[in-house]
Amino acid sequence: MRIAGKGLIDRDTQVSFRFNGTSYVGHRGDTLASALLANGLRVVGRSFKYHRPRGVLTAGSEEPNALVEIMEEGQQTPNTRATVQEIFDGLEARSQNHLGSLRWDLWSLNDLAAPFLSAGFYYKTFMWPRAFWEKLYEPAIRRAAGLGNLSPNADTAPYEKAWASCDLLVIGSGPTGLMAALTSARAGADVILAEEDFRMGGALLSADQVIDGQPALVWVEAALAELDSLPNVRLMTRTTVTGAYDSGVFGALERVGLHRAPDAHLPRECFWRITARRAILASGAMERPIAFPLNDRPGIMMASAVQSYLNRFGVATGRRVTLYANNDAARVTARQLMAAGVRVAAILDSRPDASAVEDCPVYLGAEVLETHGRHGLRAIQGRHTGGEFRLDTDCLAMSGGWNPTLHLTCHMNGRPKWSADLAAFVPSDGAVPGLVAAGAANGSFSTHGALSTGHAAAVQAMADLGLTAPDLALPTAEDAPYRLTPLWSVKGKHRAWLDFANDVTTKDITQAAQEGYTSVEHMKRYTTQGMAPDQGKNSNVAALALLADATGRGIPETGTTTFRPPFTPISIAALGAGGRGKTFAPQRFMTSDQASRDRGAPMIEAGLWYRPSYFPKHGETHWRDSCNREVSYVRNAVGVADVSTLGKIDIQGRDAARFLDLVYTNTFSTLPLNRVRYGLMLREDGLVLDDGTTARLGENHYLMTTTTAAAGLVMRHLDFVHQTHAADWDLRFISVTETWAQFAIAGPKARALLNSVLDQPLGDFPFMAVGPVTVGGVKARLFRISFSGEQGYEIAVPTRYGEALFRDLVARAETMGGGPYGMEALNVLRLEKGFITHAEIHGRTGAFDIGMDKMVSAKKDCIGKRMAMREGLNGPEREQLVGLRCKTEFGSGAHLFTQGTRVHRETGQGYVTSMCYSPTLGEWIGLAFVKNGRARHGEDLRLVDHMRNTDCLVTVCNPVFFDPEGGKLRA
Amino acid sequence: MRLTCPLCGPRDRREFYYYGAEDYLHRPAPDAPIEAWDDHLHLRTNLAGVIKDLWYHEGGCASWLLVTRNTITHEVLSVERVADRKGASA
Amino acid sequence: MRYSGFKVFTEGLFGNKGWTPAWRDAAPKAEYDAVIIGGGGHGLSTAYYLAKNHGLRNIAVLEKGYLGGGNVGRNTTIVRANYFLPGNSEFYSHSLKLWEKLEGELNYNVMHSQRGQVVLFHSDGQRDAAVRRANAIVNQGDDAEILDVPTLKQLYPFLDYNQTRFPIYGGMNQRRAGTARHDAVAWGYARGADQLGVDLIQNCEVTGIDIEGGKVVGVQTTRGAIKAKKVGMVAAGRSGQVAAMAGMRLPVESHIMQAYVTEGLKPCIDSVISFGMGHFYISQSDKGGLVFGGDIDFYASYAARGNLPMLEHVMEAGMTLMPMIGRAKVLRTWGGIMDMTPDGSPIIDKTHIDGLFVDAGWNYGGFKAIPASGWCMAHLMATGQPHEVAAKFRLDRFRTGHLIDEEGTGSQHNLH
Repeated sequence: MRIAGKGLIDRDTQVSFRFNGTSYVGHRGDTLASALLANGLRVVGRSFKYHRPRGVLTAGSEEPNALVEIMEEGQQTPNTRATVQEIFDGLEARSQNHLGSLRWDLWSLNDLAAPFLSAGFYYKTFMWPRAFWEKLYEPAIRRAAGLGNLSPNADTAPYEKAWASCDLLVIGSGPTGLMAALTSARAGADVILAEEDFRMGGALLSADQVIDGQPALVWVEAALAELDSLPNVRLMTRTTVTGAYDSGVFGALERVGLHRAPDAHLPRECFWRITARRAILASGAMERPIAFPLNDRPGIMMASAVQSYLNRFGVATGRRVTLYANNDAARVTARQLMAAGVRVAAILDSRPDASAVEDCPVYLGAEVLETHGRHGLRAIQGRHTGGEFRLDTDCLAMSGGWNPTLHLTCHMNGRPKWSADLAAFVPSDGAVPGLVAAGAANGSFSTHGALSTGHAAAVQAMADLGLTAPDLALPTAEDAPYRLTPLWSVKGKHRAWLDFANDVTTKDITQAAQEGYTSVEHMKRYTTQGMAPDQGKNSNVAALALLADATGRGIPETGTTTFRPPFTPISIAALGAGGRGKTFAPQRFMTSDQASRDRGAPMIEAGLWYRPSYFPKHGETHWRDSCNREVSYVRNAVGVADVSTLGKIDIQGRDAARFLDLVYTNTFSTLPLNRVRYGLMLREDGLVLDDGTTARLGENHYLMTTTTAAAGLVMRHLDFVHQTHAADWDLRFISVTETWAQFAIAGPKARALLNSVLDQPLGDFPFMAVGPVTVGGVKARLFRISFSGEQGYEIAVPTRYGEALFRDLVARAETMGGGPYGMEALNVLRLEKGFITHAEIHGRTGAFDIGMDKMVSAKKDCIGKRMAMREGLNGPEREQLVGLRCKTEFGSGAHLFTQGTRVHRETGQGYVTSMCYSPTLGEWIGLAFVKNGRARHGEDLRLVDHMRNTDCLVTVCNPVFFDPEGGKLRA
Repeated sequence: MRLTCPLCGPRDRREFYYYGAEDYLHRPAPDAPIEAWDDHLHLRTNLAGVIKDLWYHEGGCASWLLVTRNTITHEVLSVERVADRKGASA
Repeated sequence: MRYSGFKVFTEGLFGNKGWTPAWRDAAPKAEYDAVIIGGGGHGLSTAYYLAKNHGLRNIAVLEKGYLGGGNVGRNTTIVRANYFLPGNSEFYSHSLKLWEKLEGELNYNVMHSQRGQVVLFHSDGQRDAAVRRANAIVNQGDDAEILDVPTLKQLYPFLDYNQTRFPIYGGMNQRRAGTARHDAVAWGYARGADQLGVDLIQNCEVTGIDIEGGKVVGVQTTRGAIKAKKVGMVAAGRSGQVAAMAGMRLPVESHIMQAYVTEGLKPCIDSVISFGMGHFYISQSDKGGLVFGGDIDFYASYAARGNLPMLEHVMEAGMTLMPMIGRAKVLRTWGGIMDMTPDGSPIIDKTHIDGLFVDAGWNYGGFKAIPASGWCMAHLMATGQPHEVAAKFRLDRFRTGHLIDEEGTGSQHNLH
């Protein structure tokens, strides 16, 4: 219920929202948790394993219980912390992880079976009969496990990613962070102050404190006003720094649009990559629960949360509140409740020697042994130094002390160190280079400690950066000593929860130890403690202490806990922003792209490129009809294809020829001027990297062509060979792939087509010639090369003329009985001619395998030469390139067997790499790798394709099916 | 993770392509025994600690870089261009 | 103690007070017949099968940290037998058969669940490669099928078939593939080995390997010298450092592989789905978390933690493939150290030192290999001869050129 006069909510602005179908009203400034508490709701969720009713435990992102689904039209967000989610008009939330209603969850039967569901029970059963695991046990376990539901619909909402850099990143805007930001901002540093909450101020928003003699909020507002006015400061609220990475990179999640109704123009979240020269971790501390019997009832909350709901949200979390603590600091909560008019049933202090000055019953040496109230706390029982007690109470505020929020300091494998004084882990120095922890995050729990260490950390950071922080008077604030006596658990006959979210109790820890899972990592994995959505923020230290106790070791000897990124969970959509749909990878388009689309060509992915598959004509019902027609263009008239995707590398310098001789197996220094040569390139391990043609344009000027797939690979390889083995050679090269648009013109009428567009008719231009030409006054390059076996040319023009030339060439070809051809026809043409592509040179292929070992020059060294000679890459056991022919259809990926042998891996003779129907030959042809294949031409092999239900005989043959003498090429 | 390219300055790791240990720099003579080639291409000291390895500024100046860094902490100690090394020529 | 549903029931009735340690916390003895360096999945299974199949009893597993603390406890738990090159085919086929009986063998529920795995393909070329692979799998005697898009749409309606950058052409499915509870595999083998008398010695780091006259005689450890007739190096990402103690350089470079898990969700992904274009694979654990991964971070590292570029790339791949996972929140990310070889395939072999054996180079596929790796390494250590299904995993194959390169990416350790 609301308390008049308390809180920072905007009482003038009402906000209506729904929870489990019921409408409620809250105020601007409320979280879903505070609004539900204000409306008297106590049960907000069900626990993971036992499905016990659970209420709000905390007031922060570490909340383990109050996880809800936020509903939208056709979409929902599971596992949302009600303690972080701000309410807005129209917000629709519902509870999760129950079968039936939240109040009557059928899965809560699990709770009755709890004795049989102890730590690791599933490793010991469900093994018989074997088939029942997949069919019965596991499906039942899966249905009951899990938390919220994902929508089956694509998440089409907008998300963003962004970069930022700064001199100093301050993480947290409590007294420590504000002081650090002020100090460094006044020094002139570029500062980013990132705050997880929607309002800056940290613990000062929740603690009714005094700074410089005034309410702390006055100081906070003044500090923020100054920071906001400075151009070198960026204030980021709703921004959780989620991870620390190498070289000063931090990940941060900004919740841009989660506090308002969905908007197509506003990202829900933005994932920031912040590069910071220095960072100050001012993330405060988290209060830790006490594991006493039945400590998981709705109404049992962290004392700091009770205080936060009171002071920040104006909500009393109960009518009769009890405080249960092991430290002095938590007493403030009881005092402030009383001051606000909330009745405090008692203060239970576990320490027999603590003070008892408050104006309410104070029980010392107290232990809570039992609690009552299935759907909300009604009463507690226990004992204290003076006897036993039973108290009617509807809210128990507990405090087991504080843990510095040091998670980020563990992200780079830093191990925190144990402080016996604080009974807590504190950050290790230098755990994240450039980052220091200050304030409560470093164990300075008083406000004075926060202000002074925040200031000191900033002064040091400024000095590191060569900046001087001006003198600054430290504000005065409370500096109470931190006093506590560790209290990890209270033994009793009932279960006591450590990890609320995963339903791990103290008994689970002791049982794990009893079963030998005594390493902290074994205990964690065996019990699942710390693996729930809160990642053990509420339970790790206590679990470690209990394990230490159970194994007779001290806490430091038992180990430390490792926190890994992210600090709070991050949606895949935010981390993957930009990946959805087409933007996952760049799209590369040829200059002819629109012209091809205009003709109805299906565009298919070729690496990052899009290339036309075929150009359909009216009346054609199957792609093969189009393909056959396009093949016949080339074989009988003239075809035009865009081949611009092939990599083109311009190589110049006095040592260009020498360099090519090093990277190719064959020799290019002997290539005559204005001539083209086919080249084979090996990786240094002796297997084929790529092939292609290289033209000699001048004495010291070459143009290399690579395959589409390997263009980037080859460029990188050339750079490597150049810079490592030939750095002082006279050599320069650059990729010109996108500088030139290049078109293949092939077929008996190719020359006629060319002559119709060239400014000067073509003179003597033999096979493998290259030379300059002009087209409509534009300087172009002409190559006489062929990937089809026909008389073929490739003409290259500057990219800006590509589309016009393509359209012109195609129109002219059509008047000559030809036209454009696509990838399918290109593939048929090359297969008929036995040319290989990356289907054949797939990275496991050597020069020997494709019959090109003679192309590895004996007269010179080349990259890959030595390793290509390894015995395993040569000889009859190797699968060698052959042709296959068959009267019936077969498919690529089929395996080949000697007739009469059984079909098994051990008897396999090879496999089909490429196939097509050859309209020219009137049969099915293919390329294959066959053991000792070159010696087996003429042999019929059995082809088996289990996937396509093919089992037939194919004839092994020379891979060059069409015009093996090459007469047509040279015509 | 960031690397400071000698030509381009500090850049995000995304701009760089990683190849492997500096062993790739030491190409044996063509007629060297197979053991030397095995060392060059396959066998690795694979040290946990400070090592030198090869990166390529693919999204930048196309320099191949010899990076001295710690494989346990990811601290980068120095970056030099392979082509600028002494005796870089073949 | 034998585990059973009945035992769980009776223990539950009496307060779970009767459970005994799953394995002894052994102290090192002065001498063993065989010492295994590395208490991960492979080391534990090697010890188990040395005892079970070959009758050795005087065996120790030396683990510098805690059992199962390496890659067996940090992976995406996928179990499959879908390799296509001879050498790998027979080995992983054997491994999958062992997986299928593992619960009964170990009396420990490793939650091996044959949920199936589909590897999507996105072009004609990829389809041909998938068909070749599927045929090879069937020829080996395992199962594989090609699923067309209409079938995929029925099974996985949440994949993006329309807007995605790389359209889905189909998928290769293996029904016998699936997942297992990774920690349980280590613990099950540990418990099994312990019951056969194997000493599992944790917090015992090997600091030296003693060699006399070309023969191994023992190891130095942080818990004293231990004599041994045979020593197996089964140290995964740390193999390089262990081998260095014997003066060896291995064809291994260690790299980080990150993996990711989301908060628990009600069942939404029933099997393992792998994206052929984006290096992304995902399954849902029995607890409800989406468990997924991608490629290694691509730089040599022992940090066991990764950086944002690969993490973000993996998330982007997830969003392009199945944008319905957008609102699932990544709960935890971690990194394992992968022993990458120049052809992406492992090594189970003798070394040039008598009595010293090596089992390494599992790249990022070691989890599913655990049963067969232990089986074959134990065979090799016990008999001195390679097991027939691991006969091609030779240490010298890079010298001889008998490579097993499924990816075809060549002698660059990080590309496999």
